[in-house]
Amino acid sequence: MTRNVLISGAIVIDPTGERRVDVRVSTEAGTVVDVADSLEATADDHHLDASGQVLCPGFVDLHTHLREPGKEEAETIETGSRAAAKGGYTAVVAMPNTDPTQDSVAVVEFVRQQGVRAGLCDVYPSGSITVGRRGTELTPFAELAQVGVKLFTDDGNGVQDPQLMRRALEYSKGLGVTMAQHCEVEQLTEGGVMHEGECCAHLGLPGWPALAEELMVHRDIELVRLTGAPAHFLHLSTARSVELVGAAKADGLQVTAEATPHHISLTDELLRSYSAIYKVNPPLRTIADVEAVREGLVDGTIDAIATDHAPHVKATKEQPLDQAPPGMVGLETALGVAIAHLAMPLADIVAALSWKPAAIAGLDELHGRPIAPGEPANLTVFDPGVEWEVAPALLASKSTNTPFVGVPLRGRTVHTLLAGQFTVESGEPTR
Amino acid sequence: MSRSLLSIEELGEVGVRRILDLADTMAEVNRRPNPKVPALRNKTVCSVFFEDSTRTRLSFETAAKRLSADTMTFAVSQSSLSKGESLRDTVESIGAMGVDAFVVRHRSAGAPWLIDSWMQASVVNAGDGWHAHPTQGLLDAYTVRTALNRPGGFDGLRVVMVGDIKHSRVARSTTAAFEALGAAVTWVAPTTLLPPAIDDSTRSSSDDLDAVLADGVDVVYLLRMQKERMTEALVPHLREYTMRFGLTPERAQRLEPQTLVMHPGPMNRGVEIAVDPAELQGAVITQQVTNGIAVRMAVLFDVLSPDADQEALS
Repeated sequence: MTRNVLISGAIVIDPTGERRVDVRVSTEAGTVVDVADSLEATADDHHLDASGQVLCPGFVDLHTHLREPGKEEAETIETGSRAAAKGGYTAVVAMPNTDPTQDSVAVVEFVRQQGVRAGLCDVYPSGSITVGRRGTELTPFAELAQVGVKLFTDDGNGVQDPQLMRRALEYSKGLGVTMAQHCEVEQLTEGGVMHEGECCAHLGLPGWPALAEELMVHRDIELVRLTGAPAHFLHLSTARSVELVGAAKADGLQVTAEATPHHISLTDELLRSYSAIYKVNPPLRTIADVEAVREGLVDGTIDAIATDHAPHVKATKEQPLDQAPPGMVGLETALGVAIAHLAMPLADIVAALSWKPAAIAGLDELHGRPIAPGEPANLTVFDPGVEWEVAPALLASKSTNTPFVGVPLRGRTVHTLLAGQFTVESGEPTR
Repeated sequence: MSRSLLSIEELGEVGVRRILDLADTMAEVNRRPNPKVPALRNKTVCSVFFEDSTRTRLSFETAAKRLSADTMTFAVSQSSLSKGESLRDTVESIGAMGVDAFVVRHRSAGAPWLIDSWMQASVVNAGDGWHAHPTQGLLDAYTVRTALNRPGGFDGLRVVMVGDIKHSRVARSTTAAFEALGAAVTWVAPTTLLPPAIDDSTRSSSDDLDAVLADGVDVVYLLRMQKERMTEALVPHLREYTMRFGLTPERAQRLEPQTLVMHPGPMNRGVEIAVDPAELQGAVITQQVTNGIAVRMAVLFDVLSPDADQEALS
């Protein structure tokens, strides 16, 4: 049994830059032990030749629906963690719209424990902003912060009441936590199935207008200005939203934002198929929006790529569009979509997948670290050039509702290490 | 591979013309003392109505019977959907009884496409949500073609369609059918009742009915205005709707006598139509219903025997 893993030949990309070095990891200590231009393999090394591949800190997903507890038929923390590892993730933030809601220490601790039991990636439960995500009373932020919760969101819904949102920001301000908003003014999206525009007009489906997102982005930016508390914007999907966040950042406000792989690659035209695989919230938008969101990632207005991985069992997605639930799986395809669709340096893509989201989620002591001796060995090795297509049957996720069938992807995870242990080796999950 | 009829767009101009020509033959059958032919003997047509519509269902079933098809009816009130069975399981189990064509009405846009993707049998869309009602579009086109004697097409024909376009599958399919034949369709409605985005380069729209009528018009197509639209704050009041968009006696007087007046039914008298259509020379509302049988016969014949010659109709 070897005690170390030696990864040689890879381009190393980390927050300090990009360079060609060999890296030795201690599986026992779970840390990086050697970094040098060239390291000789010894009998103690499990040697991986990673020539032509990229070695970087493991990816961090700000936005994962693991469905446990409550909807284990669609995903469990174990299957979702396996999907994450296959996608190159070493940490995921579990969304709180479980049943029961992640609004108490008991539920949050359960989710974390299930993550540890699965042992495939670090699962960081987020908390809801309001009790039961009902939008009326505040969740005990400090209690949950004490057990490590850093991100709070009612994701699936936005906090509709501006007074309540103001209080959430004010009350949580000193706690070292961040409020993350799903931006949707629900009075404008009642019954909404897809982006309100020409395509929806033609298809005779109720629209979900861009305005519904933009109004709440605008409201929360002004609340951040008023309260001085930080805020994170989930899954931005419209050109105007990107503009608003850019202006807020220029004003020096503490706002961050994420975009999903599907909002940088797919448009509302896909709904012409009437397949609910393409139903998601916020909805797929126009090509102009897609381009603006991409541009937002390229220029840094949008900080992170987050999957909004949302598994659903097949039967629920085989319903008419207005009855099927919104959501797409995304953990195993995020990297491939990002490289295929973003005209930006690989190092910036890795930043948006790793250390930038790690900082937003407050996980940057363990994830998204520089690759240097003594640092935790939460690492990913990927092949940046390989072109591939997703096969739903081969997904590790328990659900197969991927919209990327037939979409060319570029770049795929080869190995993932969590605390020095392989969770994925040569593309295959180790457990 | 079975043939289905899901939308006018999928049919295209050639398909629309084919069905209308076939409808002429069917209309001839319907004028016979014994209006029945053996064209679809041994075929089974099942109407699957997840949303009530007695008149459309009767029209289809009458059409099927005149072609000697066997008919079955599945209505949601008697169904297992209330017991939680999925749409797919429901139609697959009906299909297992041996169905050649499903006539589907569903409140969800796109449902007939899903059913078509799951089933071997033909699917005829009898109305899906706000989206499409292709046989209505065809029977409307057929009605105009016969009433104005324009078998060659609708080039230069000016149609104004008035009312709740946004929530209307009839508006979408009838517009598509008219446009496929070359007509120019103008949508007239308050902005709240228009679809959210209209490509102005291909279709004109207006919220001023009087101005549009003053420009001259060959067909006025009135849509049903539902009371619910008031509670949704889409219009302030039906009275005001009638004032701006209803066919009032004053507006009717301004129409040329040969202007066709159409309505898909059921009419809200006093709302979108505030005159007695029986007193309008150009009203063809009952002809629309009558023509519905011939057009639906043509559609069923077209999807179920695409290669058959018309011998079977003699």
